[in-house]
Amino acid sequence: MARLTAGIATSHVPLIGVAIDQGKTEEDYFKPIFAGYEWTKEWIRKPENKPDVVILVYNDHASAFDMNLIPTFAIGCAEEFEPADEGWGPRPVPVVKNDADFAWHIAQSLIIDEFDMTIINKMDVDHGLTVPLSAMFGQPDAWPVKVVPIAVNVVTYPVPSGERCWKLGEAIARAVADYPEDLNVQIWGTGGMSHQLQGPRAGLINQEWDQKFLDDLTADPQRLRSIEAIEYLRETGSEGIEMVMWLIMRGALQGDVRELHRHYHVPASNTALGHIVLENA
Amino acid sequence: MHRSVSDYMSEFDDIPGTRVYTTRRARQGYWLNQFCMSLMKPENRERWRADEAAYLADWKLTDAQKEAVLARDYNRLLDLGGNIYYLAKLFSTDGQSFVQAVSTMTGMSVEDYKAMMMAGGRSPDGVRSIREGT
Ligand SMILES: [Fe+2]
Repeated sequence: MARLTAGIATSHVPLIGVAIDQGKTEEDYFKPIFAGYEWTKEWIRKPENKPDVVILVYNDHASAFDMNLIPTFAIGCAEEFEPADEGWGPRPVPVVKNDADFAWHIAQSLIIDEFDMTIINKMDVDHGLTVPLSAMFGQPDAWPVKVVPIAVNVVTYPVPSGERCWKLGEAIARAVADYPEDLNVQIWGTGGMSHQLQGPRAGLINQEWDQKFLDDLTADPQRLRSIEAIEYLRETGSEGIEMVMWLIMRGALQGDVRELHRHYHVPASNTALGHIVLENA
Repeated sequence: MHRSVSDYMSEFDDIPGTRVYTTRRARQGYWLNQFCMSLMKPENRERWRADEAAYLADWKLTDAQKEAVLARDYNRLLDLGGNIYYLAKLFSTDGQSFVQAVSTMTGMSVEDYKAMMMAGGRSPDGVRSIREGT
């Protein structure tokens, strides 16, 4: 039976990808950013921890989806996904391989479970999906895990609530438990933490709020479910809303959840970078 | 539990210095944002760079949107229905980073903006709510 063993959250700041692609990770600006991923890189390499498949929750930043198509929740079911050209050419990273049998299983399970997913075949994946892979695995010739992409609309309002995201996570956990193959599965929630990329208020960072959010992923996860969109916007900037995607990850962890590792650093570009590893014991 | 759309959405207008990308803005900015998307193709970027005004002539942007695009006035583009992830295709084509482009919306120089970020970013104090002044 497939087992959901851990949840990982991380920001997916494009600049992290640029630094890796251009060999800048040892520069003073980037050193503290990448230092916080060293623990996870070690941990995830160990055979007992290495997932076979990652269910990777992210948002498309006007790359695969434009104004013609705005799915609230979408699942990638193709065999593979190419890195997107976001305006400066595609990132020089491996093609992302799916476990398509598993992805189609999850899609069916979620729809039966009353989550009306949009099923996507042809889809290029942008920094939201590839930067977390680079942060965790560096620059391999091929990604060492299969990836099931789950894309969430956090761009055009209204976006799904934290509560709805949490429940989607719970439904994903049921889908995993219902899969007969023996797989080690991780779920990753990406994006955030506080940041605002637009208007005169751009550059907003709220470290206190972010740290409390990180604390409560284990201390008081029920509080996080009910945070409204307006609070994310006021307290963590217009793009801080991406943190609802962390709640899909957290909602999927049903066991005794233990924090294994945490990393928080300001700034990465315009963003407060957050990263946490949660064990689903 | 049903919530009123207007109650839910109107809250978003109460955040200082912020244009939340609501469905209203998405409708207003449809062609503007679709134009930006076209710059994801290398051959289009080339044609754009060669003659921006001629390139824009093929798109159903309003005159105000066209002017703001040519002026790279990003705050104005937000007001006219642009979304930052779409506008990113425009400033990426210009070779600008997010920090460079975003800083132009704050009234600060890029250097001052970078220094603010290095010092921990902009505090939310005083810019949470127009109504409450918090
Ligand atoms: Fe993002």
